Amino acid sequence: MENVIDVKDVWVSYDGVRVLESVNLTVKDKDFLAIIGPNGGGKSTLLKVILGLIKPDKGSVTLLGGRPTKTRKDVGYVPQYHSSNLDFPVTVWDVVLMGRLSHKGPLQRYNDEDRNAALEALKTVGMLDFKDRQIGELSGGQKQRVFIARSLVTKPKLLILDEPSTGIDSRMQKEFYELLNKLKSEIAIVMVTHDISAVSVYVDKIGCLNRKFHYHDDKEISPHDLEVSYQCPVELIAHGVPHRVLKEH
Amino acid sequence: MLEVLQYDFMRNAILAAILASIACGIIGVYVVVKKIVFISGGITHASFGGIGLGYYLGINPLFGLIPFSLFSAIIMGLVSKRAKVAEDTAIGILWSLGMALGIILIYWTPGYAPDLMTYLFGNILTVPMSDIYLMLGLDLVIILVVYAYYKHFMALCFDEEFTTVSGLSAEKLYLLLLCLIALTIVLLIKVVGIILIIALLTMPASLSRHYTNNLGKMMYLAIIFGIFFSLAGLFLSYFFDAPSGATIILSMSTVYILHFLYDGLKPKIAS
Ligand SMILES: Nc1ncnc2c1ncn2[C@@H]1O[C@H](COP(=O)(O)OP(=O)(O)O)[C@@H](O)[C@H]1O
Ligand SMILES: [Mg+2]
Repeated sequence: MENVIDVKDVWVSYDGVRVLESVNLTVKDKDFLAIIGPNGGGKSTLLKVILGLIKPDKGSVTLLGGRPTKTRKDVGYVPQYHSSNLDFPVTVWDVVLMGRLSHKGPLQRYNDEDRNAALEALKTVGMLDFKDRQIGELSGGQKQRVFIARSLVTKPKLLILDEPSTGIDSRMQKEFYELLNKLKSEIAIVMVTHDISAVSVYVDKIGCLNRKFHYHDDKEISPHDLEVSYQCPVELIAHGVPHRVLKEH
Repeated sequence: MLEVLQYDFMRNAILAAILASIACGIIGVYVVVKKIVFISGGITHASFGGIGLGYYLGINPLFGLIPFSLFSAIIMGLVSKRAKVAEDTAIGILWSLGMALGIILIYWTPGYAPDLMTYLFGNILTVPMSDIYLMLGLDLVIILVVYAYYKHFMALCFDEEFTTVSGLSAEKLYLLLLCLIALTIVLLIKVVGIILIIALLTMPASLSRHYTNNLGKMMYLAIIFGIFFSLAGLFLSYFFDAPSGATIILSMSTVYILHFLYDGLKPKIAS
């Protein structure tokens, strides 16, 4: 099977300010990659380039064997900041069903299969009881769980998550990581996170993005490497890091 | 009071009010929830160029209006999304450009431009039967397209980025929605006129948002509000001999403002 993501020599700048510099990245089937890095390091930008939402100045992206604009419908995406319009009149149920839209043409109604997928996804994130609530009435963490559910109902071949655990309480976070751990036996996952201590148990690779991308096939990155070579601030990872994964400094 | 219904012009006016309210209820809901009131105002005013074109070519101004308003909707949609200027600036410029074109075309038209005031301020009492058929046809187009793309428009209005990642063209859907707004403008123009269309497009929908959290139900409610207010305005216009566009908007605004005053003055109850 070909690579799930192939990013080759990608450069991006906003109004002349360089944000990504010669980024190379490969994700294979059933890989679980965590991306860390300082705020403004370009993590969200990289995810958007992978999804074809931002066109790089230079370089190429292959997603699921094709052009991102063609293949992204098979990707489940949970963005960092929601562009969604939160006083919009929709319920949690409507929002999760929207995840099935990529399978629907005009005139086609949602069927039992769609509804079952939505039900399952809501159960998975523990939001089934809220299915008839207005999306705007939920707390930040609850909304996040709904958006995670929406990304799951697409039956994606790849999940792209941009700081998905923001605002989610610790019990739910643990369940969420367990869920990702289950999913990774079937699909590839790319997740931006600051919570490296929690995910290091589950991920296969950790990459650090600070304009340039550095990554490791093994999880043994020394804080020294992160701080000195890559300018990835260590305070992101130093707190409560299991010895097994990252050496203490 | 009922004897006024025997007049053909009154019957047509009532039909026009109902047909206009249907389009206005459905499309107005999208305008309100997607917060595209400004671009809708831009398309409305730029469409004056189409009225001018109709006069200049010596055809029914509505037949100048239909292609021109669709064209303005598409140009405005593309320019506001793609141009390297702020969206509201782009809309503001095209808004005036369309009107300027209309003014010049009307100025160049030999003789007098009949009914010009009707297109600017509306006169529901002078809608001919041929316009009623046109309105009916446009309503059918709007209902069919919204029926087919209901889910897609919902996703578009809720979250454009997600719609794009789902493999849909958010831009094409947005342009389609703007074209439906353009057709709605054609439907509303004889009822309230270019200057007042935005009020009719937004008030019933905004009012309905207060009574339901469901997009589809909002549309039904907005249609009912629209019919109620336009008929009320129509009778006020007839009995007080005042322009119908203004009486419709006045009756609607009065209720709207009272509603929100009442709502604002009510003590907030912790729920
Ligand atoms: N749409 C944009 N226009 C201009 N600058 C942007 C835009 N989006 C992001 N940036 C800038 O690019 C840099 C990288 O942003 P981002 O990818 O969001 O970083 P991260 O997700 O790692 O915090 C930041 O300096 C940010 O200010
Ligand atoms: Mg980010």
